[in-house]
Amino acid sequence: MGDWWTPTMMPDPSLDTKELSSISGISMSPSRQNLHHSLHSTMALPKTSYSVLSAFCTEENISQCIAYINQEVCSLGLTGVSLESKSGSLSAVPVLNLLYEVLQLQRRAQRALHELETQQLKNGSDLEHLQHSNCRLKDQLEHTRRDNSGLHEGERQLQLKIKTLQNWLKSEKEEVQKLQSIISSRATQYNHDTKRKERECTKLKERLNQLLMDKRDKKLCESFQMSYFCILCLHLCSAIEISNHVGRSDGKRGLWKTGKMEARHEGEMYRALLSDYETRQRSLMMENSELKKVLQHMKKDMITILSPKKPCIKTEPANDSLEQAVSEGEEEIGDSSRETLEQSCEQAREQLTNSIRLQWRKLKSHMERLDSQASLVACQEREGEEMMSRKEHEEEMQRMRMELQQCKEFIHMQQQLLQQQLSSPCDEETAALLNDCYTLEEKERLKEEWRLFNEQKRNFEQERKNFTEAAIRLGHERKAFEEDRAAWLKTQFLNMTPFVDRKRPALSEPHSALSVGECP
Amino acid sequence: MNFSEVFKQSNQLCKVSPDGKYLATCVQYRLVVRDFNSLQIVHLYTCLDPVMHMEWSSDSLFILCAMYKRGLVQVWSLEQPDWHCKIDEGSIGLVSSRWSPDGRHILNTTEFNLRVTVWSLCTKAVSYIKYPKACQKGVDFTADGRYMALAERRECKDYISVFVCDDWHLLRHFESETQDLAGLEWSPNCCVLAVWDNCLEYKILLYSLDGRLLSSYSAYEWSLGIKSVAWSPSSQFLAVGSYDEKVRILNHITWKKITEFEHPATIINTKAVVFKEVEKRPVVGSEDLSIHQLTVDNSLFSTQSKYEITQLPAQVPVIKPDPDRANPKIGISALAFSADNRFLATKNDNMPQSLWVWDMQRLSLLAVLEQTAPVRCFVWDPRRPRLALCTGNTKVYLWSPAGCVSVNVPVEGSFQVQSLFWHCSGSSLVLLSKEHICLCYMEAEEEK
Repeated sequence: MGDWWTPTMMPDPSLDTKELSSISGISMSPSRQNLHHSLHSTMALPKTSYSVLSAFCTEENISQCIAYINQEVCSLGLTGVSLESKSGSLSAVPVLNLLYEVLQLQRRAQRALHELETQQLKNGSDLEHLQHSNCRLKDQLEHTRRDNSGLHEGERQLQLKIKTLQNWLKSEKEEVQKLQSIISSRATQYNHDTKRKERECTKLKERLNQLLMDKRDKKLCESFQMSYFCILCLHLCSAIEISNHVGRSDGKRGLWKTGKMEARHEGEMYRALLSDYETRQRSLMMENSELKKVLQHMKKDMITILSPKKPCIKTEPANDSLEQAVSEGEEEIGDSSRETLEQSCEQAREQLTNSIRLQWRKLKSHMERLDSQASLVACQEREGEEMMSRKEHEEEMQRMRMELQQCKEFIHMQQQLLQQQLSSPCDEETAALLNDCYTLEEKERLKEEWRLFNEQKRNFEQERKNFTEAAIRLGHERKAFEEDRAAWLKTQFLNMTPFVDRKRPALSEPHSALSVGECP
Repeated sequence: MNFSEVFKQSNQLCKVSPDGKYLATCVQYRLVVRDFNSLQIVHLYTCLDPVMHMEWSSDSLFILCAMYKRGLVQVWSLEQPDWHCKIDEGSIGLVSSRWSPDGRHILNTTEFNLRVTVWSLCTKAVSYIKYPKACQKGVDFTADGRYMALAERRECKDYISVFVCDDWHLLRHFESETQDLAGLEWSPNCCVLAVWDNCLEYKILLYSLDGRLLSSYSAYEWSLGIKSVAWSPSSQFLAVGSYDEKVRILNHITWKKITEFEHPATIINTKAVVFKEVEKRPVVGSEDLSIHQLTVDNSLFSTQSKYEITQLPAQVPVIKPDPDRANPKIGISALAFSADNRFLATKNDNMPQSLWVWDMQRLSLLAVLEQTAPVRCFVWDPRRPRLALCTGNTKVYLWSPAGCVSVNVPVEGSFQVQSLFWHCSGSSLVLLSKEHICLCYMEAEEEK
């Protein structure tokens, strides 16, 4: 904060060494002790701030101070103050202006400092954050590197496994081929051997046959020689002994074997074959015609499905295809009549199958288009009315929920009441009992009250009796008293004569009243 | 259900005449012909040797009895009991003998399959067919009896000869594309001949009547192939059962596979019903064990059983075959279509106690019957969709779409049903045990 001015430029001898030392003390990093020391040393000055200022500027070096201040201020770019030589004192205005400007500077500097500080903090936190993320990313990288290496390892092992399996498979295949070749070679060998053995066997059979035939011939010859008249069929040769020949099973006579017979047989055989083929062909034709009919129906149905039923059609391309289909359909309906005529014609058959295929493809594409359109429309609907409908939807939902709640409560209440209703009349006995018990209670209460009431009544009666008795007594007593009084008065009156001894003078005066009274 | 009394038979030789009127049984040397309804003996014939094979002629007028050891075939007439016929093959031996469809010719296959001799009962003509093939099913007649297909093998190649049964004229002779023909079968409509290879190669060929190859089908290579084949009665389907435990159904229009039926060990299909036979032994109190009771009342030893419906998923008992032996007991060994073409019954050899019934309309599994013993024989009713089966115990089991029932054969002693077959009217069953037969008359109403 600026350089402390050390008054080395202007050594003022008038300055006390104490003051100088104090200044120098302040110019050094002012520790509290020094400050206190300076404070103590300059006891004359009341405030600390003043002590600094007073150290800088005194009565004597005003001009130098001003000059210095002007210098400094100029260097800062502010207007200096001038010294009014007349009075030898500074005018307050420029000084205050200067001061204000200096304060402004100071404030700006402060602000800048503050900003720099915040910036510094921000940078610090950013740096911290970046460091953290850097660490994390490094860790992640490390981790992924490790995973990668692990996976590589696994892959390598699997590759090895694959290789071994492939090798094994190859070896197995080779073995199989070897075995097959062995089998085939053995088979040929066996075939050859069996053929050889078979040839031997046939030779033996031939020989045997020959021998047997020879034997038979010899025997026949012998027998012929033996007996001229009877040709005996000896036991050694094969012969049939039949009592009488049987007629043929079909009753007809046997026919001679001639070429005609052979031809007839051939003819019969072919006839049999032909009839079989004909029956088969007939059944296949029937099946074929049935299938054709089914296909025709299918085609007609498809045409009707593809033809536009409603006036509005969704999209342009669909329209075109439909029109096309309709036109083709019309053509084909015309064709079908021709087709029925030329059923067996191959062209017609191909035409039918081709047209069916075409229709089917069209139907398929139409269906796909419809599907996509439907999904699109559904999407659009959903998007367009999403904002509006959701709110409304929500409100509706809310309203419905409220209604539902109300209804539920209502129902609940109703149910309770119903339950009560049902529960009370259902047990009449208990209800009666309950009723009874309620009335009983009341009865009891009433009884109680009656009792009380009666008691009180009795009490009152009693008291009244007492009172009347008392009144009677009182009347009696009063009467008695009155009689007494009357008697006394009488006596008094009688005693009031002058001829009464003066013995009783006192009595006379009061009696006089009485007597007056009583004298009628 | 009523059961008749028991009659003796030997060699499981008991056949009903094609017209359903008579029942012929062989007891050692004797041939006993009974009226089917009354079971009275109508005729009694005596042969020269114990009869090994007996067959009715198609018009129910003649019966042939073949005695392979002696190489003799004797033919008996029902109309004329005095009439007799004896065919002696001599030292050439006899391996099999059968009627021709017209009932007037007998085809004898000689030993070592050297030749097939066609003896006529009407004329003195004798025909020989050389090089017949010795295989599972080398000869088949068409259903209408007009043609006969015979498998031949010359110079290590398979051939098929088609003969006209009228006069044994060779109609067609063509090479078959099989490696080693195992069997052939005409379709019920008589126009297609199915020919299949032996189990080392899965191949089934379809030839038309005139010898053209219509189609060939092979499901897979190398593994053991076809085990059994069956035509559906309408000729619409051809069911091929193979060693991989699957049945493949081919259709008659394209001769391609339309579906395959699997026989898994765990049944998860929720539409199928699994019937499990459950035996319940009657509890016997000690006071019941009297000699009288034991001898007369055989119900003590015979266990009652009934069917219970098992919850799904159900496990089917599997017996793993021995992999080192030939002809392993695995794969579909028996297929049978019902008469109305709606059902197919199959038996998988490594699940011997189970019988699978498939619905041909929906082409899915309809029911599985799990028995307590391996299924020995199963036959469809020729009129109705009703299946009869036996497992070698004293019960006969019946399945129909309504449900299934197990019936104990109420015969004195124990009658172990080894095989059975239906009467052509579908109103009765003939049950065969080792030495006896018993008839079972069905009632008109439906069972459980």
